[in-house]
Amino acid sequence: MKRKAAPKPKVKNAASKKATVKNGHTELVELRLYVAGQTPKSLAALANLKKICNEHLTGRYKLHVIDLVKTPQLAQGDQILAIPTLVRNLPVPIRKIIGDLSDLEKVLVGLNLRETGIVN
Amino acid sequence: MGKTTRQFPNLRRTYALATARVRHGGNEKSLPQLEKALTGITGFDQITKGGLPKGRPTIVCGGPGCGKTMFAMEFLVRGATQYNEPGVLMTFEETGDEMTKNVASLGFDLKALAARKKLVMDYVRIESAEIQETGAYDLEGLFVRLQYAVDSIGAKRIVLDTLEAVFSGFANTGVLRAEIRRLFRWLKDRGLTTVVTAERGDGNLTRYGLEEYVSDCVVFLDHRVNEQVSTRRMRIIKYRGTSHGADEYPFLIDDRGFSVLPSSSMRLNHNVSSQRISSGVPDLDAMLESKGFYKGTSILVSGTAGSGKSSLGASFVAQACSEGRKALYVAFEESPKQAVRNMRSIGIDLEKPIKTGLLRFEAWRPTQSGLEMHLLRIHKLIEEFKPSVVVIDPVSNLMIGNVHEVNSMLMRLIDFLKTRQITAMFTSLTQGSQRDFEQTEVGISSLIDTWILVRDLELNGERNRGIYVLKSRGMAHSNQVREFVISNRGIRLLPVYVGAGVVLTGSARLNQEAREKAENFNRRQAAEEKVRLRDRHRRAVEAQIAALRLELSDDEAESRRLASEELLREQRLTQDRMEMSSLRGGKSKSAGRASGLGKS
Repeated sequence: MKRKAAPKPKVKNAASKKATVKNGHTELVELRLYVAGQTPKSLAALANLKKICNEHLTGRYKLHVIDLVKTPQLAQGDQILAIPTLVRNLPVPIRKIIGDLSDLEKVLVGLNLRETGIVN
Repeated sequence: MGKTTRQFPNLRRTYALATARVRHGGNEKSLPQLEKALTGITGFDQITKGGLPKGRPTIVCGGPGCGKTMFAMEFLVRGATQYNEPGVLMTFEETGDEMTKNVASLGFDLKALAARKKLVMDYVRIESAEIQETGAYDLEGLFVRLQYAVDSIGAKRIVLDTLEAVFSGFANTGVLRAEIRRLFRWLKDRGLTTVVTAERGDGNLTRYGLEEYVSDCVVFLDHRVNEQVSTRRMRIIKYRGTSHGADEYPFLIDDRGFSVLPSSSMRLNHNVSSQRISSGVPDLDAMLESKGFYKGTSILVSGTAGSGKSSLGASFVAQACSEGRKALYVAFEESPKQAVRNMRSIGIDLEKPIKTGLLRFEAWRPTQSGLEMHLLRIHKLIEEFKPSVVVIDPVSNLMIGNVHEVNSMLMRLIDFLKTRQITAMFTSLTQGSQRDFEQTEVGISSLIDTWILVRDLELNGERNRGIYVLKSRGMAHSNQVREFVISNRGIRLLPVYVGAGVVLTGSARLNQEAREKAENFNRRQAAEEKVRLRDRHRRAVEAQIAALRLELSDDEAESRRLASEELLREQRLTQDRMEMSSLRGGKSKSAGRASGLGKS
């Protein structure tokens, strides 16, 4: 279930550039979503994340979805306890957001994207 | 009615089988009893009668620094090394490296165990600052990691070191509690023997009330300081489905790990021996039916300072060693070298048996640790060295803290020694006036079989030692007070002077004895003089008698001579007359008369 969202940023590259310039963000955002099987919470988290990425990180994010049922050895590296967990590896510092990502405001704060909202 | 009578023999048979099984350590056909997993922790398996509940979680709780982690680690390491049960260590507070270093002091090599696939370490770092919660979640990640670790080595044991740390990382306690409940269920379903450590909370055993999820076994560790001496204790608060020791047991963490001092069986069913063991002092043996102590009994030697208790102890071990028995001497006052030197001065050689390994001389300061620690150390030494004779000199130095505790601890020790058939001599320093000599150790005296009292007899500006056997179970011991003399040739017991209504010792005794001797001499001389006088008198009388007898015989001879002279004279007179009448012739009448007379 490792799904790479890599192709998408390529498609929306031009648009994303505009967005980053506007928001003062240039660097790439690397995200990993840890799930354990196709549980409702996992599916909800994935759906919510995609929506957020498309709206706020268009063209400048990388997303890995890691299913721990298939690759349990990966849980240790990122210190995963809660499922689902979204880890923002880049830019540093590392941030973790747990839960099904249903609270948009908190996700944005967690990913450090909220400041744009304040500026606007 | 018929049914019950039919059942009755069956019941009896079942009972017999059950008891037989108990005797044989509970094998195949026993009732489905709770299976236990041996922890390998000295003493703990005894208290719990076999260890922790197998395949179930156990909570080990207590305040900071009470040894929870050490307990858990030993459970894990011993499982991996001794019982072939690989283990998973999941730490929430310390990293694997830190843990490895921490337990290295106990002689556990976690790295080597991990390399041999006996142990997996997984450090779970929870940093609440990094975590943002949005919406519903669960702790499936923890389960995944556990499952992965368990599967990688086929683990049977799990340690979750301070699982409660998850409460600091996540805000939604409702979810956490549900997940923890699920976790314990999960562990049980997989038959994993688990130790969960938890910090003690206010009014609760654990800070987050974990105990309500674990109903099988709860072990409470305590670390308290009493009069500046720390003691560690443990208590099994709950152990479902089995009987267990319910007391507080002292425990020790040292370079060989965790050890618990079980309060040994108080059933008083030690084996007894009629074998005798010499005290090393022939005169003392003489007071004990000329044979000495019974093997496996406890001897208390009490007395005031400098009354020779240690010397008795030393001669006891020296004797045992000379007979080829192993002896342990635990000293709280003298260092081994000092004791060797001092005992040499009274003719007891301790150096040789120490060199040959028959005598183990252990000395440490009584203030070094709490009472429990001392006793645990003694326990461990005995387990290790397996002596047949033990001397603890002096046991009164262990009397730190409250009297009740001390007594119960000493009783445990005595009981332990008795069950091992070890002949033990305890010396005890008594203080205070001479009158309460026999009351000071009442607490332990009930377990003591032979009680020897060494006391000072102060008289005429001199201090001497008197020794007597206060009691000695199972033998007709002497009731005498002996004088206890320590010289450079060892210990001798002399009968004290008990004549003329006084008990005298030392120079007073010598004095009295000399005086008596002189008196005796005088009396004897007077008697001899009297005999001599009588003799002389008798001889005088005899001489007198002899003289008189001589006189008598002289008289007799004289009278005989006189009589014969008279006769002679008469004869001569008659003759003369006859001659005259014949000469005269004329005077025939008269002559005829005379001749007639003469003829008749």
